[in-house]
Amino acid sequence: MSVINELQKASLSPGPEFHPEKHPMDDFLRMDRMPHIWCSTCGIGVSVNCFAKALEKCGIPLDQVAVISGIGCSGRVAGYVKTDSFHTTHGRAIPFATGMKLANPKLKVVVFSGDGDIIAIGGNHFINAARRNIDITVICINNFNYAMTGGQMASTTPEGSVLSTSPFGSYEFPFNLPFLAESVGAVYVARWTSLHVYNQTNAMVEALQKPGFSFIEIIAPCPTIFERQQKMGDGLDRLRWYCDNSEIRNGASTKDADIRLRDKIVVGKFVDKDRPTYLQAMNAHYQERLGPKYKVYEG
Amino acid sequence: MKADPSGVLTGSHFLDGDHACCEGALAAGCRFVAGYPITPSTEVVERFARRAPMVEKALFIQMEDELAASIAIQGAVWAGKKAMTVTSGPGFSLMMEHIGLAVMTESPCVFVDVQRGGPSTGLPTLPGQADMMQARWGSHGDYEIIAISPNSPQESFNLTIDAFNLSEQYRIPVMFMMDECVGHMMERVVIPPADKIEVTPRRYTKLPPGEYLPFKPGEDLVPDIFKAGDGYRLHVTGLTHDYRGYPAMNPEVQEQLVHRLVNKIRLNAPKIWRYEEINVADAEVVIISYGITSRVAIEAIDVARSKGIKVGMLRLIVVWPFPEPRIFELACQGKGMVVAEMNYGQIFYEVERTARGKVPVILAGHGGGTVHNIEDIVNKIEEAYRCRS
Repeated sequence: MSVINELQKASLSPGPEFHPEKHPMDDFLRMDRMPHIWCSTCGIGVSVNCFAKALEKCGIPLDQVAVISGIGCSGRVAGYVKTDSFHTTHGRAIPFATGMKLANPKLKVVVFSGDGDIIAIGGNHFINAARRNIDITVICINNFNYAMTGGQMASTTPEGSVLSTSPFGSYEFPFNLPFLAESVGAVYVARWTSLHVYNQTNAMVEALQKPGFSFIEIIAPCPTIFERQQKMGDGLDRLRWYCDNSEIRNGASTKDADIRLRDKIVVGKFVDKDRPTYLQAMNAHYQERLGPKYKVYEG
Repeated sequence: MKADPSGVLTGSHFLDGDHACCEGALAAGCRFVAGYPITPSTEVVERFARRAPMVEKALFIQMEDELAASIAIQGAVWAGKKAMTVTSGPGFSLMMEHIGLAVMTESPCVFVDVQRGGPSTGLPTLPGQADMMQARWGSHGDYEIIAISPNSPQESFNLTIDAFNLSEQYRIPVMFMMDECVGHMMERVVIPPADKIEVTPRRYTKLPPGEYLPFKPGEDLVPDIFKAGDGYRLHVTGLTHDYRGYPAMNPEVQEQLVHRLVNKIRLNAPKIWRYEEINVADAEVVIISYGITSRVAIEAIDVARSKGIKVGMLRLIVVWPFPEPRIFELACQGKGMVVAEMNYGQIFYEVERTARGKVPVILAGHGGGTVHNIEDIVNKIEEAYRCRS
């Protein structure tokens, strides 16, 4: 019997208190949905692991967490985490999350999705949710391409990258996500790579505890497509590359966080500031303008 | 159950159809509206924006576009709110993908489309009735839908409540198909006391986490629902999914799920159909109409009767699902049919299909921008009468 089947069996059968066969992620993942669809050494699973650790560190009960994803490889995260989870339409995870958070502010609402989903097709929602300072955490796995559909160029693809719709190398100017997030008002902005598991986890802890729109970009290997197409080796080679080429610069200006194909990647926490959330602003404003007529909104 | 009085503006008012729709939503328990401005529907959200701060647990948000508005309401629905979005033709086109999502995830919510002339930007300030087929088929994939069409501000109030109730009963997005005339027409609207308004509560599961399967249907083919934060820790996806809500990419689950989504409306259709019949018993010609056009058709009936042609009307209140048996029954009685609508043939083709060649079916249609001329409908009545003889 395969290891996965063993794990499934273990997750289904009640056992004694000591479970040598139990996976530490059993409580957090839908083990009955394993194996997952992600490729070997893909960076998404690393971030899911960090997310589980971050929730544990924050002490947030899983019953109070809702994970929302869009479409794509990272869009499958919602399907595997054992919280209330919603797998929505392409690009629209953020407005779904906006509705959910505003309808029940007690929920901890997290958007977990990819760069194509959040920034390209969903870019309008990203900038507006950040501007409004909706109290959600957005974790964006950036693997520089549309991987689910077979590796097309994205709005984050570094110039010169060869992909199926940029067969002679991309010539488009890519987004600098931390710069974009900061400019539209995100109160917490960080970038880490799949190598930086501790920093990534800590960033998630901070983001989850931060009232307002918090944004974490994770630079993640896509060994099956992106790294292979750029002849950068496999996922492990890429992690070595991150190790040699990541420059940790907390507090760096996000303007300097541009990504080029073979240049150093600036990582760190760039923004951590305070600004009233959408609901705080709404309640304060209406209380001032309408006085006792206003029914203070708590969900 | 009875309506929550905090949202019910009991009394006699002078309102347009848009404002009445907003009051209907509040009376039905709608406490979340996400919208994006578009003529001629904007007054619905403008009123909600003004009313929400004074209503317990109500919130309005103006989103960045119709895509966002039509999915924000679904986020709110899964967090426990009754929710609605409001738009007109161009925005309705943008919302199609999320109507499909609401169908697939069985999210109870209401989409209001105050129809204007199209295609494209068309006639922003003038009426149309040309989104009826879009309401039926606009999203991709196979599904059934419920669509309702009011013909007065009073009905806009009453039927908005019914739209919410049907959406909760069948866990389906309900299309509320107004037109610019009804939306902007001002008439007396009587809002009854809250205890006279029946409201369908959300059908939350009574099963505990672990026992409850979120997409396992009940006897009426509709599954009970849960909401985020109640400890169920379940998955909801627009992918084809099994009873657990887990994605399942195979034809067996597709058949089980999509056939049920279709059948939950088809098999319950006799409980959903609603139409009004006027002078049908002795009629030789029946006008089939809906929305503002039905009010012009009433005048045409009087004119035709004065000319000696016995005319009646079947007014569709619920347009989808379509009341096929009744239309067929009237066709079998040999009553000629005139379909009066502000387009070049949408419901017309449904009537023609349903009449199965038993009687002549004639379209009294035009491209929108104004209501019908009474004479144009009368001419078509005469044509139907001649063809029938």
